[in-house]
Amino acid sequence: MGDGYLTSALPDNFALIVRGSQCDKKAVNSQRPVNLDLRTIKLPITGVTSFLHRVSGIILFFGIAVLLYGLDKSLASAEGFAEVKECLTSPLAKFVIWGLLSALLYHLVAGVRHLIMDMGIGETLEGGKLGSKIVLVVSTIVIVLLGVWIW
Amino acid sequence: MVTNVTNFSRSGLYDWMAQRVSAVVLAAYVLFLLGFVIASPGLGYAEWHALFSNNAMRIFSLLTLVALSVHAWVGMWTISTDYLTPMAIGKWATVVRFLFQAACGVAMFAFFVWGVQIFWGN
Repeated sequence: MGDGYLTSALPDNFALIVRGSQCDKKAVNSQRPVNLDLRTIKLPITGVTSFLHRVSGIILFFGIAVLLYGLDKSLASAEGFAEVKECLTSPLAKFVIWGLLSALLYHLVAGVRHLIMDMGIGETLEGGKLGSKIVLVVSTIVIVLLGVWIW
Repeated sequence: MVTNVTNFSRSGLYDWMAQRVSAVVLAAYVLFLLGFVIASPGLGYAEWHALFSNNAMRIFSLLTLVALSVHAWVGMWTISTDYLTPMAIGKWATVVRFLFQAACGVAMFAFFVWGVQIFWGN
């Protein structure tokens, strides 16, 4: 408890690790080492979606500053609002906003999946793989639609 | 039970719950704001300013800021305790991790104060 592995954005390979250690307890040699080095575990699809969830979270952490800056300017005055609107017509600004909102939408979709899994749905290995595929498909669709809306 | 002094609530279970509750608030705010912007093509300053001057919206925004601080802390803490470890970066890991977490905390606090200024000052 109180360890990073147990909270939240739990690496989906966690179940495998736990299962491994339970097996170890039953095994003859209870001293068998358990590999908790995340860098050496090849990511399955569930790991990929989990990793993307983390990466999108970090992007958002920094992206908040950009979004707050834009919000501040747009609310401060009519001129500021016009300036932000004008800025958002440039391809670079559109790309940055698309990137940030893509991270946000992916994080949202993957987060909703976590909540669904918290209800006990899709917790098996097969369910986890299917859930990851659904997250990738749904977020891709939403991100493409967002791009269409922005351009 | 192992206690940890840097996580949000001294307990993984409470952190887990705080992360979920804050996530729901953040999701509601994002979907509402995105829906509002998509449903208002040719959005003008008056309409935009009126939305954020509304008291209900101010409360919703402030609630979202609090949720954001909690959510970001739990998330960055989780990531830092997973990757900034002695196994990954050597014997200075604890110092590096602590400094990273401190920087995240300062950044979140700055975002929070800035957000309050934006939502209640404009």
